[in-house]
Amino acid sequence: MAAETIGWWGVPLAIAAGTMRGGTPFLFVSLGECLTEKSGKINLGLEGTLLTGAMSAYAISYLTGSPWLGVITAGVAGMALGLLHAWLTQQPRVNDVAVGIAMIIFGSGVAFFLGKPFIQPSAPQLPTLNLGTWSSIPSVQEVLKISPLFLLGVALAPLMTWFFKSTRWGLLIRAVGDSPDAARAIGISIPKVRMLAIIAGSFLAGIGGASLSLYYPGIWSERISSGQGLMAVALVIFARWQPMQCLYASLLFGGAQALGPALQSVGMTQGYYLFNAAPYILTLAIMILTCSPNRTIFGAPGALGTDS
Amino acid sequence: MESVRRRSSGWSIHWGKTLESICLPVAALLFSLLLFGIFCAAVGSNPFEVYGSIYKAAFGSWRSFQNTLIRASPLMLTALCTALPARLGLVIIGNEGALVVGGIGAIAAGLALNSAPSLVVQLSMAIAGLVCGGLWIGAVGALRHYRGVNETISSLLMNYIAIALLNHLVNGPMKDPASLNKPSSYPILDTNMLGVLPGTRIHYGLIYGLVACVIAYILIQRTTFGFAARTAGGNLRAARVAGLPVGKLTMAICFLAGSCAGLAGMVEVAAVHGRANESLNAGYGYSGILVAFIARYNPLAAIVVATLLGGILASGGILQRVHNLPDATVLLFQGVVFLVVMYSESLYGRFEIFKEQSAKIKTERPPAVPV
Repeated sequence: MAAETIGWWGVPLAIAAGTMRGGTPFLFVSLGECLTEKSGKINLGLEGTLLTGAMSAYAISYLTGSPWLGVITAGVAGMALGLLHAWLTQQPRVNDVAVGIAMIIFGSGVAFFLGKPFIQPSAPQLPTLNLGTWSSIPSVQEVLKISPLFLLGVALAPLMTWFFKSTRWGLLIRAVGDSPDAARAIGISIPKVRMLAIIAGSFLAGIGGASLSLYYPGIWSERISSGQGLMAVALVIFARWQPMQCLYASLLFGGAQALGPALQSVGMTQGYYLFNAAPYILTLAIMILTCSPNRTIFGAPGALGTDS
Repeated sequence: MESVRRRSSGWSIHWGKTLESICLPVAALLFSLLLFGIFCAAVGSNPFEVYGSIYKAAFGSWRSFQNTLIRASPLMLTALCTALPARLGLVIIGNEGALVVGGIGAIAAGLALNSAPSLVVQLSMAIAGLVCGGLWIGAVGALRHYRGVNETISSLLMNYIAIALLNHLVNGPMKDPASLNKPSSYPILDTNMLGVLPGTRIHYGLIYGLVACVIAYILIQRTTFGFAARTAGGNLRAARVAGLPVGKLTMAICFLAGSCAGLAGMVEVAAVHGRANESLNAGYGYSGILVAFIARYNPLAAIVVATLLGGILASGGILQRVHNLPDATVLLFQGVVFLVVMYSESLYGRFEIFKEQSAKIKTERPPAVPV
């Protein structure tokens, strides 16, 4: 079968590619948010972190020629924003949702301001593992160009499950998130644990940003993130705060995001812009189905959304 | 609840608290000016010159002040979209989406009635904007009440859905074939555009914004309805026990909030662009959130803050041309202001000077926001 006659098969193929490419930022941001929320704080500002991560990764990769250095920088830039968020949200009477909104504006401001000179030049991209060399169809080869970042994210999900379940630090975070009073009683410093959880979560979100600018779509522009950071927050609710479910949900969202472009590529341009809204509608639908007015959602950390 | 307690415990507390709620945001603004000035110096621009340019571009002359007011009017309206639900304890950030949907409704009404008398057309456009925006955020309120869906996230998702809808319409069913570079809807007739205030370039949208803010203030502070909403925002369980119709309140407030933002969309279509295109989605919604937070959800204070922020938005072009700063400068500045204002929330009740003899009464917490 030649590439030109691949026809409608291109749609599932593009969606498969989307699950891996478009799913990578979702995966990192949702794992970061999961880690943060397990400690009982919500970080709505990861959209800003994602953008700052994307910009700094691209800029450093362009300036030094080393994309991996860019990835690390993205994580560190994320940590800086996380530190600010963690410090602000632990002040008395400061609402973490409102700080999150402020951090979205601040983070995107930082990213667009400092990233202005890097919109034109092209930075070295992360190398990909080409697993599709067995196939003679270029589009199949294209789909199977898998980023090591994606594999890293996939490995991180079970690792985080194990971390929460079987390590002392995981237990500390869960204790602080579920029952701050009990944690305080056994002498855990709640601000310190939350600070670390928020910073670590922001580190992951920064790396998610790097996957946007250095892997897929692999450019830096002001429109590079279209709410992935926020959808990831909804995604964590959908995933019931379980890292493995975050992985599956991220793949689903990545696929939904690829729907519009995939249909356009086979000539179905009718409603292209509406299909672009698919991930948002999907998120909303999932939230409507999984939320309930009468009880807190099963699996939610006990202190989430309270002032404690 | 707040105001009742204030009044019953003497004017001095009232005075001290009013002073506090004016001084702290002003101090926060000044401090963010300082921070941003340091940042400007760090990237190699003279902060005094930058602020001088902002002032000149925003308030320096009658001409530039008119520009500022033109930008302030949608901000007043979109600020209400966050400020009203906040009194009920809801954090709604769907301003941008409600503005876009209101704009879509307005252009649809304007195009459908193109040949009617212009007053009829303008009135229908305004009603269409109000209803579309109202239903959009009303849906967010309904989801919150009946399904427990987090209103912050759902309203934000609906922003993206609204923008996708706008893109779909101006690239498809509503597309004017003459608009090549920037897909737009067909324009409304020039005679149907909103007029300007006599002797100025300021369109009537400013009046809409001012009137809406005053009505919102009276509604929240001076009516039973507003009192019920503030009670529910202060303590939801107490409100339920007292038999307040929390669901209806939520829906009504959300509808009103959305209709304000929808009206902003109508103003943008009927007074500025004359058609619907991606210019609708110019960030007035997001800046409106900031206005609401700085104004501490007070609709009258929102008028002042919207004017200030309108000035800053109006100076974006100058910063780019004169100081060679990227257009994101304004966004970054807004972020800095927002963060400092958030921090200032933690300072309420910490200064003796605002307490006077009633220091024993602990400062109240702002309305609890459920997540």
